[in-house]
Amino acid sequence: MITKLFNFHGGVKPDPHKAESADAPIRPAPLPPMLVVPLRQNARSQAHCIVEVGDKVLKGQRVGDAEGMLGTAVHAPTSGTVREVTEHPMAHPSGLSTHCVLIEPDGRDEWVERTPLDYLKAPRAHALAFLRDAGIVGMGGAAFPSHIKLGKGSGIDTLIINGGECEPWITCDDRLMRERAEGIMAGARILFDLIGAKRVVVGIEDNKPEAIDAMRTASAGLEVPAEVVAVPSLYPAGGEKQLIRVLTGIEIPHGKLGSEYGVQCFNVGTALAVHRAINFGEPLISRIVTLTGNVARPANYEVLIGTPVEALLPLAEPRPDTDRFILGGPMMGFALPDLRVPILKGSNCVIAASPALFPSPQPELPCIRCGACARACPADLQPFELYWYARSRNFGKAQEYNLFDCIECGCCAFVCPSHIPLVDYYRFAKSEIWARERDLMASDKARERFEFRNFRQEREKEEKAARLAAKAAETKAKLATREPAEDNLAAVPSTEAEDPKKALIAAALARAKAQKAVVAPRNIDIDTLSPEQQAEIEAIDARRKSSANAPEAPGKAPADSSPPAQVPATESDEATRQ
Amino acid sequence: MIHSPYVRKPASVQTVMLTVLLGLVPGVAAYVWQIGAGILVNLAIAGISALAAEGLILRLRNRPIRPAVTDLSALVTAALVVLCIPPIVPWWLTTLAVFIAIVAGKHLYGGLGQNPFNPAMVAYCTMIIAYPSLMSQWPAAGMLDFDTQLKLILGGARELDAITGATALDTLRTGLRAGTATVESVLQHDNFGFFGGRGWEWIAGAYLLGGLFLLMRGVITWHMPTAFIVALAVVSGIFWLSHPAQFASPAFHLASGGAMLAAFFIVTDPVSGATTPLGKLIFAAGVALIAYLIRVFGAFPDGIAFAVLLMNMCVPLIDMKTQPRVFGHREGPSR
Ligand code: SF4
Ligand code: SF4
Repeated sequence: MITKLFNFHGGVKPDPHKAESADAPIRPAPLPPMLVVPLRQNARSQAHCIVEVGDKVLKGQRVGDAEGMLGTAVHAPTSGTVREVTEHPMAHPSGLSTHCVLIEPDGRDEWVERTPLDYLKAPRAHALAFLRDAGIVGMGGAAFPSHIKLGKGSGIDTLIINGGECEPWITCDDRLMRERAEGIMAGARILFDLIGAKRVVVGIEDNKPEAIDAMRTASAGLEVPAEVVAVPSLYPAGGEKQLIRVLTGIEIPHGKLGSEYGVQCFNVGTALAVHRAINFGEPLISRIVTLTGNVARPANYEVLIGTPVEALLPLAEPRPDTDRFILGGPMMGFALPDLRVPILKGSNCVIAASPALFPSPQPELPCIRCGACARACPADLQPFELYWYARSRNFGKAQEYNLFDCIECGCCAFVCPSHIPLVDYYRFAKSEIWARERDLMASDKARERFEFRNFRQEREKEEKAARLAAKAAETKAKLATREPAEDNLAAVPSTEAEDPKKALIAAALARAKAQKAVVAPRNIDIDTLSPEQQAEIEAIDARRKSSANAPEAPGKAPADSSPPAQVPATESDEATRQ
Repeated sequence: MIHSPYVRKPASVQTVMLTVLLGLVPGVAAYVWQIGAGILVNLAIAGISALAAEGLILRLRNRPIRPAVTDLSALVTAALVVLCIPPIVPWWLTTLAVFIAIVAGKHLYGGLGQNPFNPAMVAYCTMIIAYPSLMSQWPAAGMLDFDTQLKLILGGARELDAITGATALDTLRTGLRAGTATVESVLQHDNFGFFGGRGWEWIAGAYLLGGLFLLMRGVITWHMPTAFIVALAVVSGIFWLSHPAQFASPAFHLASGGAMLAAFFIVTDPVSGATTPLGKLIFAAGVALIAYLIRVFGAFPDGIAFAVLLMNMCVPLIDMKTQPRVFGHREGPSR
């Protein structure tokens, strides 16, 4: 089986900087003095805490139950004592706090009883719930719950295992594939069965020959059609949609899940986690993190989820001129506002940055419309047009030019000779648009409430009239006939009165609906958002809040804008939607 | 807080402009070789004028001067102006043209990146309307020595009509207009070389070379030069094949006037040109068509400058109508 490869448009080749850490084998990170386990593992949902301060917990014991459609369970990464359940800063550009369980390890690292699952015998729904309760989420960064991605178990042709790892500096997936290829393929096998795929394709950038070899060897032992494909090293080839495009030629539009197009994609780390969960009963409590950049000892560590970054950093010995730490890669990551933040399931890399390694950008010049950004954009957008409209706050036009198809990969800003922080403008525009749509929804709700009150008053009047009429009819009937069947007769007019009432209600409802449809946001139908979109909204919203807090908002034009003032409204609005 | 991406390609407006200047080197070298070193004097005058104009207007606009002066874009404009106008115009004409390019063509619209019209072409058109005779004195190859050129540039007496002719294009048209002459007979004039104006063919070839260098360096894409050359060849080919006696061959048109300079250095101006791939093709082909019509049927020696300005006006429309398909927005079902 030879897979024909496809191209995606654009892409860039930043200096890979993989050599620094690629030869550092995975080592277990020492236990930190305190583990900070966030109950909120993805942007959308928060686990329901089921432990109390003072409880003794075992390694792998559940401390948070999955809640909501996108919820997954949360577990104690080691044995110890729950010291606090409190707000703690999160690994997020904003440094916002979320609810966390603080566990002090007892050093014994004692496992809870582990029960594997015979997933082939168990009903499929059971297997998905098992994964949810094992806390399995995408480990490529987005932390999207895997059981949701497994979908309904049919209609998927190709299962893609993503070993692209295209961001510079990061080598955790590379190491994982070199060292634990068997486990990854075992996980791929499980996903293959659960998703009902017809073949497995592992995509790995061709700058990782050792990983490709290891994965080829491991996939040979699989009894399902599996192939390991070397894809050209071109950022962002490891982006999910780009990898799907390269391997299958299929383009997944913005806001759609691969399952609608017959493909689904999981990160190699996720596949391994699935294997550990199903075959060994181990929930997802650790991941590999690359420590690199301006450090004396670049390394790959197996880190317990919840380990504070500040406990991890000394292992790599950052050099003195380090001025900040970037979580994730340099293309899409962000500088940590606070080092107390814990490692999450999607945190793949911490880069020590120095002015020498990551010089501050040169001053921004006007756009010369050179089109370099458009040639680099993997989403085939015209970044300079988006920039122009975002900057002039012409958000309608920006949407017309498909702002929301931008994946914020940073290719455009990477190549721009005028050094314009293009992505910042898009983030700004997106968050502004979301804020406006929220406002619109809020006013919609108010209008609905108002209309409903009018309608209710109307209805009450009608009902009163109907009642009076019925009574009159009843009395009349009684007076007229005085038959024994008077009850039946009396019932007739009242049902008749009921019908116009119903029609009225229906008409009013239809009116309200029609009106709502007219004023509904143009691009986004809030009621039918896909889980991914919702997650995106959350992420963008949090970022918006952060940029409101940030001392320097991006660029000149955004800085002029007044910070969005409707944050509290947003919160309550969300609550009503859930 | 600085946001991602934290790494940037080592690209800058300055390096882009420097590459364009380097791309002009072969053309200028051929110019010196064929026509004379006077062009270098003109380039120097234009360069100084451009920087002075840039500095002056930025000062008036209260904008930082250094980044704009060091980004080299003014020098590119200056060089293009000089290469479009005759090499022996007096110094003040060069200076005036450059000032018009920088001040009226660029800064009146907001400076770098904001101008809807190609500044060098704005300057050329203004000059040819204001000083038609000075702008029509093109020496043929080897006709004037450096001393004479220098004298002319620095404002010596101009008794040139005897020694400098018009361009090959001009000669051809005047010749044809004069009466019953055919292309064949006009081309006997010693203003002509193998394809076009004597000596000018070499320069055209050198521009092509420099243009290929820009292509290689990724400063321009293939769309514009290809569309320009193909369109010019096709339209002149059609006329030539239908009436070979009245219309010059495509080779003549491509080697004459500023065709090659335009193909690689002028229509490719990013700021005032179309930006989408299809848009670029339309834009450059449009310039070639209009330029041909003006060359053959119009009143000016060369039509490229007017053609560029006309097409500049269409750019917003072209760009809007030729937006490329966005990832995942395929027509019809995607499988
Ligand atoms: S790369 Fe920068 S200067 Fe060039 S068109 Fe894009 S935004 Fe403008
Ligand atoms: S950040 Fe957005 S606009 Fe820029 S290259 Fe990536 S997808 Fe295109």
